[in-house]
Amino acid sequence: MSTEKTVLIANGQGFWGDSLLGPKRLVEEGPLDYLTLDYLAEVTMSIMQKQRLRNPELGYATDFVSMLKEILPTCQEKGIKVIANAGGVNPRGCLEAIKSVVSELGLSGLKVGIVEGDDILDQIPELMASGEQFKNLDNGAAVETILDRMSSANVYIGAKPIADALAQGADIVVTGRATDPSVVLGPLIHEFGWSMEDYDQLAAGTIMGHILECGAQCTGGNYCDWKSVPDFARIGYPIVEAKADGTFVVTKHDGTGGLVNVDTVISQLMYELGDPKGYLGPDCTSDFTTIQLEQDGRNRVKVWGIKGSAPTPTYKVSMSYENGYKIVGQLTYTGPDAIEKAELAAGILFDRVALYGTTIPETDRFIELFGTNVCYKGIVKQSEPPGEVLLRVGAKSQDKELLKLLGREIAPLITSGPVGATGFAGGRPRPSEIVGYWPALIDKTKVSTTVTVEEV
Amino acid sequence: MAIVQLMEIAIARSGDKGDGSNVGIKARTPALYQFLKANLTTEKVAEHFKEICFGPVTRYELDNIDVLNFILEDSLGGGGTETLIMDAQGKVHGLALLHMEMDVPDALLG
Repeated sequence: MSTEKTVLIANGQGFWGDSLLGPKRLVEEGPLDYLTLDYLAEVTMSIMQKQRLRNPELGYATDFVSMLKEILPTCQEKGIKVIANAGGVNPRGCLEAIKSVVSELGLSGLKVGIVEGDDILDQIPELMASGEQFKNLDNGAAVETILDRMSSANVYIGAKPIADALAQGADIVVTGRATDPSVVLGPLIHEFGWSMEDYDQLAAGTIMGHILECGAQCTGGNYCDWKSVPDFARIGYPIVEAKADGTFVVTKHDGTGGLVNVDTVISQLMYELGDPKGYLGPDCTSDFTTIQLEQDGRNRVKVWGIKGSAPTPTYKVSMSYENGYKIVGQLTYTGPDAIEKAELAAGILFDRVALYGTTIPETDRFIELFGTNVCYKGIVKQSEPPGEVLLRVGAKSQDKELLKLLGREIAPLITSGPVGATGFAGGRPRPSEIVGYWPALIDKTKVSTTVTVEEV
Repeated sequence: MAIVQLMEIAIARSGDKGDGSNVGIKARTPALYQFLKANLTTEKVAEHFKEICFGPVTRYELDNIDVLNFILEDSLGGGGTETLIMDAQGKVHGLALLHMEMDVPDALLG
């Protein structure tokens, strides 16, 4: 056995809403140094901005705080540090909530660090005056078209502030919009003393983060050869055993379900991948074509060889904006002629809405007959008429009231439309806001992050 | 030669990328990877997804892990946050690709 230092980092939350069993079992069922948790997706920040507008104390992932209550005594006992991008648009509010939990549990001597500075919504006018353009990264469109509808603007910040918080003794670190891999890279920079120019190591840490960031998606979840995965119910969430040179092993706790092999890890490497040679992050650019993997015993995969290079001079910014409303409702139509009846019903629905006085344009209408291979459209042919189809019908509009009207007119189709309709148990659908996503860039020198560590 | 579905010779995973998706496909053996690299062209993939993907298809190669990565632009009906379709994030585009049939030399099949 090598006595070389190994750091154990796990991820117990692949997204906001992931199973609470993940983090709980990770801290309880085996050794661990760091528990990381990923809460933020593109639209999440916009939801959190709205929550904070309604209540200035909110705007962070409240789930994180209630989960912390479950695991904190074990974490303190075993010395496991917790890192989460759960701060949303209000890391300070999250800090206050953590303080309440700590005192409720009767714990003391814990240090909580927060990282701020990613939220630039209030600074957009001055940043634009200083030359930032925030053109849409996907299509080059000018940000002026959405400025008055912008609902959030957050910089994807890197791992350094997290490492700084740990260096100041933090047991828990909460960030706003840090990138998903940063919550893993931060502790590695702290533990191994990597410099911000050790690009190969930074890339290795980034790729560890990429492998971990979707939780059980690298331990057998969502894996093509699903029949070979044992005990899904008790699936083990992933752990990396990292070394100072950037090599690592992907594994899970002994006795847990799921599967770690070269293919389950590669499956996750492929997830949401763009150009593999230029995986851009705030701290380095990682080259996925340098990754080497091999099986290293049961449920262990060794990874090495990763090369990285200097990061770009810009950070990515995630902006969101209000883009009207959408609604989708559903009814089930049974056969015979399930498809024909469902199509007829959708037509009746739009005609009835028009009878109230406003016609929804064809281009804003949505009809999907689920059960006719819609997910494999044009790929898997429907061989026989289906015995039943799920009609998903709805529309997009700037007019919320118009969509409410459409939502109200779905149930009446059961008694005043073609025979065979059922399954309205979900109730009347309501319009929801469409959150538009606007990716952009910002000069790194325009962004400053701050780290605050408090003993609670 | 035998006509097989790609799911017999590869695994895949997909996810959203803006208003498009990525589909990573990993061959089950290095020899099958060379076969896919030579035969699974962007044109074939674009044709396969013609009723799902309305933008260009780009291919990247990861020789180190026997993976081809395809980017399918405009394949989510308006993007992950705006679309109304069931598979809003292209979660099953990977399995959709694995339904493709190809004529594979017998020597490459186990």
